[in-house]
Amino acid sequence: MKSKKLSIPYIIWMLIFTMIPLVMIFISAFTNKNGSFSLEPFQKAFEHTGVFTKSLWIAFISTLICLVLAYPLAYMITKMKRSTQRTVIMLMMIPMWMNFLLRIYAWIILLQDNGPVDQVMSFFGIHGHYINNTGAVIVGMVYEYLPFMVLPIYTVMSKIDGGLIEAAQDLGSNGFDVFRRIVFPLSIPGIISGITMVFVPSASTFLVAQYLGGNDDKMIGDVIESYFMTDQNMASALSLVLMVFIFVFLVIMNLFGDEEAIA
Amino acid sequence: MEQNQKKVIVSLKDIFVRFDGEVILNHINLDIHEKEFVTILGPSGCGKTTTLRIIGGFVEPESGDVIFDGSRINGTPPNKRNVNTVFQKYSLFPHLNVFDNVAFGLKLKKLPKTEIKKKVTKMLATVDLKGYEKRPVTKLSGGQQQRVAIARALVCDPDVILLDEPLGALDLKLRKSMQIELKEIQRQTEKTFIYVTHDQEEALTMSDTVVVMNNGVIEQVGTPEDIYNEPVNAFVADFIGEANILNGTMIDDCRIKILGKELECVDKGFGKNTPVDVVIRPEDIIITPPEKGQLTGIVESTTFKGVHYEMSIRCGKCEIIVQSTGSAETGSEVGMCVVPFNIQIMNKLLPFYDNIIETEVSYADESSNMFEFELEGETVTVENHFFAQGTKLKITLPPDALSLAGDGDGDLPDVYIESVVYKGEHNEIILESDERKWLMLSDVDEQVATYVPLNFDFDKAKFEVIQNPEG
Repeated sequence: MKSKKLSIPYIIWMLIFTMIPLVMIFISAFTNKNGSFSLEPFQKAFEHTGVFTKSLWIAFISTLICLVLAYPLAYMITKMKRSTQRTVIMLMMIPMWMNFLLRIYAWIILLQDNGPVDQVMSFFGIHGHYINNTGAVIVGMVYEYLPFMVLPIYTVMSKIDGGLIEAAQDLGSNGFDVFRRIVFPLSIPGIISGITMVFVPSASTFLVAQYLGGNDDKMIGDVIESYFMTDQNMASALSLVLMVFIFVFLVIMNLFGDEEAIA
Repeated sequence: MEQNQKKVIVSLKDIFVRFDGEVILNHINLDIHEKEFVTILGPSGCGKTTTLRIIGGFVEPESGDVIFDGSRINGTPPNKRNVNTVFQKYSLFPHLNVFDNVAFGLKLKKLPKTEIKKKVTKMLATVDLKGYEKRPVTKLSGGQQQRVAIARALVCDPDVILLDEPLGALDLKLRKSMQIELKEIQRQTEKTFIYVTHDQEEALTMSDTVVVMNNGVIEQVGTPEDIYNEPVNAFVADFIGEANILNGTMIDDCRIKILGKELECVDKGFGKNTPVDVVIRPEDIIITPPEKGQLTGIVESTTFKGVHYEMSIRCGKCEIIVQSTGSAETGSEVGMCVVPFNIQIMNKLLPFYDNIIETEVSYADESSNMFEFELEGETVTVENHFFAQGTKLKITLPPDALSLAGDGDGDLPDVYIESVVYKGEHNEIILESDERKWLMLSDVDEQVATYVPLNFDFDKAKFEVIQNPEG
């Protein structure tokens, strides 16, 4: 009874800040400028299919790179001494205390023509442009979201019972067998939440592409932002479509998780 | 006799293990014979699990040799040893079902699929888990998980199976039936089982050989009957079954004095007038009319235990426990008889009774009537006594002058409780500090293998000047 009463503020919170806005977006997406029911916003939204595809593609590639980078890193961290583990995790978190825009500007400076990256590459005789292209956007996204991949994987891995590893060794596993048959399968829940935590914000992010990308590197978040001032109905429709994509993605991820039968 | 003909499969030679400066195993030697059910028994913290982990390859000894089937295997990783372990918490793989858990070791051996299936199915039948193949292990009861763990180790067909308190998490009834089952599995498979437990009853029920350990050393190795009937010291006697352990004096061969009475016994070779520990099992005491008893006492309480009555009989200051099929009335006087064969004489755990410190006064203050001396790096203050600085002293502390400090640092901040033995009147507690052992009397039980601060009561001490300061 008591716990029910305690949950009332949260229910109110959810109502005001989650349910009502959702309903408003939903209504807005299905109305035209005159305020009557219309599918017009959706018709216009599908003119942006290319941006959708590109957004999801960039998010997918960024997530993949994050996973490839984060998994070995998380594994290495779990092998360190307890105190070192804390320090490394701390170091990973510190950049996140800095303003988001500031970090993007830092990348602009790093990647711009005659910037540090350009200079180093030129030194080795490689000349090129490192900013205002899809690559730069992906670099920015990976930098932004890498900790969100490392942390869940690290958390799940560090909770794997040392006894299981000893049992596997006892039954004849060498180091690689232990990883393949015990550590990897048991870390899958961490991978799944890592992917979710990186893919979802990556797909809907904005500004990164505006600052680091080229003219055709528009992401759906940027499009929504640009429409919001001029055509709210359109922006709502785009948001809804994005939400559906993300929802489908989450369902697929959960199915995958269930299949592995993690207890 | 039969034992000597069996091949030694595992041999530990002079094994020494230390963690963070703390000695866990103190130069132990142990031979384990093939096809035997060997139990390593001891209180928690005695080093029994470490011994098992050394054989399994999870702990490397600082010095000493681990010999397996004739060859030295120090440094060989667990996966290359022909032993398998049943872990204390089972350590079943939660992401695999029963079949895959059991098949784990066989798959690593790259056996053909059909053979794996055959072996696993047969093994699951052995442990009574037929039809559970597809079940996730997390959906099994404790007893079933236990069987999976045993099957997983056995199916690999190792020479030796190590079991680390595998029944510890089960309730009493299940534990008892699993004990019998385990013994049966061992007999059927003819494997060497090395079983670690702190449960003496479990050890006596299942084992061919029992190894009793305490504080990093092996106290006794023998058959369950040997260990029960002929314990080598008071610790073993106290740990195995119920026992009356009394202080006695060996007057001469076959003559023992306990509780002020001289009795006949069968032990020889202890010398004359030697202080010894005496063990009499409660079931070996025969209740007689007072005038016919070798000892007499007043019945303090009688408890019906089903098979027998358990009586507590006060004999002077001492309490003696007697188990008998007949009961005696509380408050009545009874006589007690013991046949000489059932009086077990053992050397004392410590060669001294009073704790003696030889030291030199490091600081003294006559006006406050106190002095200080150094003991194992600590400064000990003695109030109400004065000896000049530099005096060489012999301080005799009887066991009742020692106490464990409930709070504060104590005179010695960190002593190890090695054993607690009830002597019918008080607990005799053996403590170990950095450099020596101490004997303490206490009326409360203490947890062995823990560290506590120790205090001295110098009002009960005797001081003897060995040499006065020069000049």
